[in-house]
Amino acid sequence: MGKPKVKTKPVSVTDGCRHATRNPCRLCTPFGACMVFHGISGCVPFIHGSQGCATYIRRYLIGHYREPVDIACSNFSEPSTVFGGKQNLETGLTNVAAQYHPEMIGICTTCLAETIGDDVPMFLHEIKKQHPELPGLVHVATPSYCGTHTDGFNRAVRSVIEALAQSGVKHKGVNLFSGMLSPADLRYLKEIMTDFELSTMMLPDYSDSFDGVVWGQYEKNIEHGTALAGIAKAAGACASIEFRSTASSKDSAGGYLLKRFGTPYYGMPIPISVKDTDRFLSVVSQLSGRVPPDKYDGERGRLIDAYVDGHKYVFEKRAVVYGEEDLVVALASFLSEIGIIPALCASGGHSGRLRDALAEQIPEMMPDVTVLEDTDFWDIAAAAKDARPDLIVGNSNGYKLKRELGIPLIRVGLPIHDRIGASRILHVGYRGAQQLYDRIVNALIEQQQEESPIGYTHI
Amino acid sequence: METVPHNILEGRKDQVHRNRQQPFNMVCEKHSLAGSVSQRACVFCGSRVVLYPIADALHLIHGPAGCAAYTWDIRGALSSGPQLHRLSFTTDLRERDIIFGGEKKLYHALIELIDQFQPKAAFVYATCIVGVIGDDVDAVCKRVQEEKNIPALPVHSEGFKGTKKDGYKAACDAMARLVGTGDTAGIGPLSLNIMGDFNIAGETWLIKRYYEQMGLQVVASFTGDGRIDDLRRAHGAALNVVQCSGSMIHLAKDMKQRYGIPFIHVSYFGIEDMSRALYEVAEFFQDETILTRTQELVRDEISRIMPELNRYREKLTGKRACVYTGGAFKAFSLVRSLRTLGVQTVVVGSQTGSKDDYDMLRRLCDEGTILVDDTNPVELSRFVQEKGADLLIGGVKERPIAYKLGLGFCDHNHERKQILAGYEGMVNFAKEVYSSVCSPVWKLVPRRRAGSEACAEAVEPAPLSAARKVS
Repeated sequence: MGKPKVKTKPVSVTDGCRHATRNPCRLCTPFGACMVFHGISGCVPFIHGSQGCATYIRRYLIGHYREPVDIACSNFSEPSTVFGGKQNLETGLTNVAAQYHPEMIGICTTCLAETIGDDVPMFLHEIKKQHPELPGLVHVATPSYCGTHTDGFNRAVRSVIEALAQSGVKHKGVNLFSGMLSPADLRYLKEIMTDFELSTMMLPDYSDSFDGVVWGQYEKNIEHGTALAGIAKAAGACASIEFRSTASSKDSAGGYLLKRFGTPYYGMPIPISVKDTDRFLSVVSQLSGRVPPDKYDGERGRLIDAYVDGHKYVFEKRAVVYGEEDLVVALASFLSEIGIIPALCASGGHSGRLRDALAEQIPEMMPDVTVLEDTDFWDIAAAAKDARPDLIVGNSNGYKLKRELGIPLIRVGLPIHDRIGASRILHVGYRGAQQLYDRIVNALIEQQQEESPIGYTHI
Repeated sequence: METVPHNILEGRKDQVHRNRQQPFNMVCEKHSLAGSVSQRACVFCGSRVVLYPIADALHLIHGPAGCAAYTWDIRGALSSGPQLHRLSFTTDLRERDIIFGGEKKLYHALIELIDQFQPKAAFVYATCIVGVIGDDVDAVCKRVQEEKNIPALPVHSEGFKGTKKDGYKAACDAMARLVGTGDTAGIGPLSLNIMGDFNIAGETWLIKRYYEQMGLQVVASFTGDGRIDDLRRAHGAALNVVQCSGSMIHLAKDMKQRYGIPFIHVSYFGIEDMSRALYEVAEFFQDETILTRTQELVRDEISRIMPELNRYREKLTGKRACVYTGGAFKAFSLVRSLRTLGVQTVVVGSQTGSKDDYDMLRRLCDEGTILVDDTNPVELSRFVQEKGADLLIGGVKERPIAYKLGLGFCDHNHERKQILAGYEGMVNFAKEVYSSVCSPVWKLVPRRRAGSEACAEAVEPAPLSAARKVS
């Protein structure tokens, strides 16, 4: 089948007020909240709303991670919409408890439940009183018309901390709020923390639940993730580290712990570039009182050695980068560091802080960078043509653009629905940058090789 | 055999039936139990899947961006021309719109998109939130229709208003407004509409080719490779041939009532059902030439594919399958197709089957086969283990259940990229089943189920670490 033939009249990106979104570049808030709940040990995600919300989110997550993802739902009907969803919530929670025996149920509300005015915190209070046998119930308000999946993710992390963290004994452990990264990233971050001998409460931790082993027997797939006991002790940690460039401070879990309990707070961008990983490791080193193990000198050294080996292939190439705002900032920082111009930085997020965060990270590049905030893939495609890109860095939703422009797409982030191994893509740290770098350079070389009439075998 | 506790929720016990081992009193067609991880979607999903393949229409989802994002280009429904259906449009409602209403935004979005893409019609899907904030979608559509002179059709698909089946009805209601508005000139008496085939991987083209080979004229396809102008003149056809349990039945009934067009139910999956479909259509027209051509077609096709099918049958005989589909009609065909391949169906269920459907399945299946309505992952996992299934047939949501438990999997949903209908599809299906069930990778998977013998003999590998904790 050929390229999509769609008859259109050209609409310029700058056509002023736009009323319709064409090919959205974001997902809805409950999506992110479900990811967080799936990364807590013993927790079942639960959507208070229509059945379709749970099913669509499951389908999207299963397509990306290729792992079982169970998300329960209160399954609104017409009567529950008219009279309120309390009865369905109660039935739903007791059924989840009966079937999964969870330690916690993470409840996120959809636009429907929020708009009909369900007072979910009050419902939960009453339901818990009637059913004391129910596990811990944590609620996060995620009406899908307020924000994106990233906001839902951050709000869920914060809600879990607000609900469970208690003032208590100070300890030497660290809280790590990594944001929406891949299971491979989370695994690597844990490795780093272990290497520094820092006891770490990473929230969420879906490294096993979204990237598990093959089973011999049926499992509920809720066993893995951040331990509830660790979350309860978060306030006493010696510090919180949070990867955050654009997210609202009112959704910051680390910010909450600082304000409420005085837990020291370190906010920083997702560490992909050498510069950002150096910063992350220096904080980790400082908190642990240990110098980085030799292993990291090695990883860093080999990475920079590779940067040198490949610099000519990438210098002043132009990239289109899109995805979650924080990821875009981190990727732009990395690309700039190796000499690639992130000519178009785009996100469906609408924090309003993307441009500023980029300006802070890559001030020298900004004159060459077009920033699209609160955008969709139609506008990204239009702007990409003006950006004269050599490559695209983003999720698989950019495939059509790649096909149209005939340039490589380096798949990162979420969703990746057209390849296997999305869970295993490493983005962070020296090792993540190394893998991204190799993929980018090789994609550019391959492009050059394929386009050459000669067919060089040595490049 | 290992005993596995079933853990079926109290409110669902009568939606599970063990064939010929208990009195048949299956409960179905009810709202999913809250808290049960149903594999169903919602009303919107039902409407969206049915209308999706209409390739020259604008499909605008009135609601927050999520509903549009999750349904962007997800199906394998092909078009021979325009590709407008593969884009995803939404009014992307924000908090402001929820407070002040979304009608204005909907109006402007529709005008803007119609101007830009010049569609033949526009479908406007109302999502949950629209039903709650009370936007008058009908009024906006009416106004746009008058201004732009193309049909602007509201689809009342608010997610909470029922199940996926109610979404089918909402889609049929929208299409019913198109039927009867076109010119029927040039439509002969030997003509039909294909209903309920969605041209996944080109299946409608294949079926259309069969009908044309038989000497019949295909007027419109609802909705595979569908076109608005074809749908408008569909009332000129002599017969509606309806596949799929629920999706098109409302429209077929409506067309029978309004235009006196009879309809028949068929399925295009498997040799038996495919052949029966063609014969029933041929018999309807009471035309010797058509009947002869049909006999030739069926004979040629079957003799062409049988040698290959027999090769697969040899490899697959004795295997056991679990089938879980959206509509139950497809499940009938799958049970028969599997039998053609020597595979026994040991668990079968659907999201939206009716009591009659389950009665049919009961008669079709062997003793002990588990019949299940609107199941969930916990139940399904236990059933396949108990029955020692080698294969699961379902959609993407069921795939990880199969893989984690060491079962082969065959995608028989709308996202697949290969033809499984018709004679050609039967060969693909056999190959698909074979290549999953007989893959050597299962040798490495700790299949702890009793009573199964995979082609690849299950070997319990020596564990590297202590045995994993099981729940």
